[in-house]
Amino acid sequence: MRYLFSMAWHSAWNRRFTLGLTLLSIALSVTLLLGVERIRHDARQAFAQSVSGTDLVIGARTSPVQLMLYSVFHIGEATNNIHWQAYQEIAANPTVAWSIPISLGDSHRGFPVLGTHAGYFEHFHYGNRQSLTFETGKPFDGVFDTVIGSEVAASLGYHPGDHIVLTHGAGGLTGQDHNDKPFVVTGILAPTGTPVDRTVHVSLEAIEAIHLDWQGGARMPGFEIPAEYVRKFDLTPKSVTAILIGLKSRAGVFRMQRLVNDYADEPLLAVLPGVALDQLWQVVGAAEHAFLAVSAMVVVVGLCGLVAVILASLNERRRELAIIRSVGARPADIFVLLTAEGVFITLSGILLGIALLYGISAAMAPLIQGHFGIAITPRPVSLDELWLIAAIIGVSLLASLVPGYGAYRMSLADGLTPRI
Amino acid sequence: MASPVIDIEQLRFRYSGSASDCLHIERMQVAAGERIFLHGPSGSGKSTLLGLLGGVLTPSCGTISLLGHELTQMRATARDRLRADCVGFIFQQFNLIPYLSLLDNVLLPCRFSALRRGQACISGHHLEAEAGRLLDHLDIAPELHKRAASRLSVGQQQRVAAARALIGRPGIVIADEPTSALDADRQFAFLELLQKECSASETTLLFVSHDHRLAADFDRTIELATLNLAPTNGGAS
Ligand SMILES: Nc1ncnc2c1ncn2[C@@H]1O[C@H](COP(=O)(O)OP(=O)(O)O)[C@@H](O)[C@H]1O
Ligand SMILES: [Mg+2]
Repeated sequence: MRYLFSMAWHSAWNRRFTLGLTLLSIALSVTLLLGVERIRHDARQAFAQSVSGTDLVIGARTSPVQLMLYSVFHIGEATNNIHWQAYQEIAANPTVAWSIPISLGDSHRGFPVLGTHAGYFEHFHYGNRQSLTFETGKPFDGVFDTVIGSEVAASLGYHPGDHIVLTHGAGGLTGQDHNDKPFVVTGILAPTGTPVDRTVHVSLEAIEAIHLDWQGGARMPGFEIPAEYVRKFDLTPKSVTAILIGLKSRAGVFRMQRLVNDYADEPLLAVLPGVALDQLWQVVGAAEHAFLAVSAMVVVVGLCGLVAVILASLNERRRELAIIRSVGARPADIFVLLTAEGVFITLSGILLGIALLYGISAAMAPLIQGHFGIAITPRPVSLDELWLIAAIIGVSLLASLVPGYGAYRMSLADGLTPRI
Repeated sequence: MASPVIDIEQLRFRYSGSASDCLHIERMQVAAGERIFLHGPSGSGKSTLLGLLGGVLTPSCGTISLLGHELTQMRATARDRLRADCVGFIFQQFNLIPYLSLLDNVLLPCRFSALRRGQACISGHHLEAEAGRLLDHLDIAPELHKRAASRLSVGQQQRVAAARALIGRPGIVIADEPTSALDADRQFAFLELLQKECSASETTLLFVSHDHRLAADFDRTIELATLNLAPTNGGAS
C-alpha cells in the first residue's frame, strides 16, 4: 500500500506540468470559495455592526426595513418626518439616557448630509461598541461647520478648512445647490467601515438655516437670506427624520418601544436595530448565497477538470497499468494507485488554495484597511470554514474515485495485454 | 518426472461476446527447469494462453495448475499473489514504467511479493544490490541504474525487463515475443543472455514467438497451432 502511494506520487510528478495546471485551478477555486465565504462573513459582521449600543431607532411609521435603510444606511427617503415636539417628548422620557436626532434629505456630491447635534459624536457607536474618533479636527460648532466621514474626505480630497456647498435633495438637478451658504470642514472622522464614512455631518440648525429661504423643495423667488443673517432667525428644527435612543436600562426597551408605537399625536415606529438589521440582511443576503453557490460551482468545475485530465491519461497508460498488474498488482491496487493520484492533486490543491487565501489577505490587508476601513486581521480557519474545507475534501475524494474506478475497469478488461 | 511446473488439462477458453472458443487444449505440461519455445502464428491465442497462466483470465472449463497450485480453485486475489510470487513476465515492448528508475523497475515484483523479496536477498545481498547484479549480468552499465527508464534503447529496455522477470527467482519466466521489437543480431544476443540467466537460477522458461529461427536453443518446441483444437482464427495457416 505504501509503495502504491509512492508510485502514485512519482507518476503525478512525472506529469507535473499538466497536473500542475489542474492543481492550480483547484487551488484558485478553493481560494475563491473560501474568500467569498470570508468576505460574506465579514460583510455580514460589518453590516450587523453598522450601529451598536443604540437601543431603539425611531421614525415615522413605515416598515422596519425601510426605517433602517434610511436612518442607518441613508438609502432612500423617509415618507414622513417626526415633529420636533414629539422628539422632545421622547428625549425627555426618564428612561432615555441619550438621544440622537437625525435630519436627512440633502446631499453633497452624492454623499448624504446628516443633520444632528453634538451628542452624535459622543453617543453614536458602531462595531463592537466603538465610538467615533476624529482623524483630524473637531466636532462642528458654528452653524456652517461640517464634519465629514473618512471616505468623503478621501474621495473628494478634503481637509479641515475647505469650503463645501450642499445640494438640496439627493443631487442630480441643477440649480438646487445651497451655494449661497457654503460650509467649512472642521473635522474628519476616522474610518469605521460603516455608512458614517460616507456621510457629511452638520448641525440641525444648519439644515434649518439653508432652508430658510426655501419652500416645498424650491428656492423662494425674490427672497434671499444671506448667510450672515441666519442667526437672527429661530433655527429650532420643525421636524427630524429619525431618532436613535439609548436607554438607561436595556430592560425597559420593550416598554419604550410600545410607548413610541402607541404615540397618540402621530404614527411612529420604534425598532430594535439588531432585529431590523437581521431582517434587512435576509433581503440583502440573497445575493451572498448566490455568490457562494457560484464559487462552489467553480470548485466543482476544477474537480471535473482534474477527473477529465486523469481519465484522458488512462488510455496512454494502459501498457503501464498492465505491467503493474503483471508483476502481481491486484485490480484493487490499480484502483488505489489512480485514486491516490487524484487525492494527491486535490489535497495539494486545497492546501495551496488555503495558503493563497492567507497570502492574498495578508497582501491586501493594508489596501482594504485604507479603502474600506475594515481591519483584516489574519485569523485562523473558523469552524464554518472548516466545514466548508471538509466538504471540499469530501467531494474531491469522491471525484478521485472516478478515475480510480475507470482504471480498475480497464485493467480488468485489458489483463496483461492491452490491445491498443 | 518431478511434478510439472505448468499442467493444463481439458482447457477451454472463450472471450465474452465471442462466438467460438479461442483456446481448446487437451493437455499441456512443462517440467521444472525446462526451456520451452511456444510457437504459433499471430492471432493463434498465444497471449491469451499467457493471460490464463498469469491468472488474469479464467478458463471457461478445464484446469490449469501452476507449481502445484490449481488456478481455477483460487480466488482472483490469490491468483494475483501467485503471479507475483511465481511468474516473471517479459512483453514485446514498453515493458518499463517510465517514471521509475531502472532499479525501481527491476525491483517492482519485490514490492508486490514478500516471497520474491526474501528470495532476492537470500544470498545475503541487499535488494538493490541484487537488482544491480542482475542488471550487470544483462549488460546494463551501472551508471544507468538510477536513470529514468524512458531514456533507454529498446534493446536495453528488454534486458531490464528480463532482470525484472528474474529477480527473486520466480520459478517461471514467461516471455511474450520479447525479441520482436529488436533487430536480428540483437534478438540472438538477448535470447542467449536470457537463457543463461534462466539456467543460472534454474528457472523454467516459456518463450513465446511466431519466429521459428529462434527455436534452436530450446529444450522443446510446442506448436500452439497443433495443440489448440479450437477452430483457428486469425493468421493460422
Ligand atoms: N480481449 C479480447 N476480447 C475478444 N477477443 C480477443 C481479445 N483478445 C484477443 N482476442 C482474440 O483472440 C484471438 C487470439 O489473440 P491473441 O491471444 O492475442 O493471439 P496472439 O498473441 O497469438 O497473436 C484473436 O483472434 C483475437 O482477436
Ligand atoms: Mg500476442
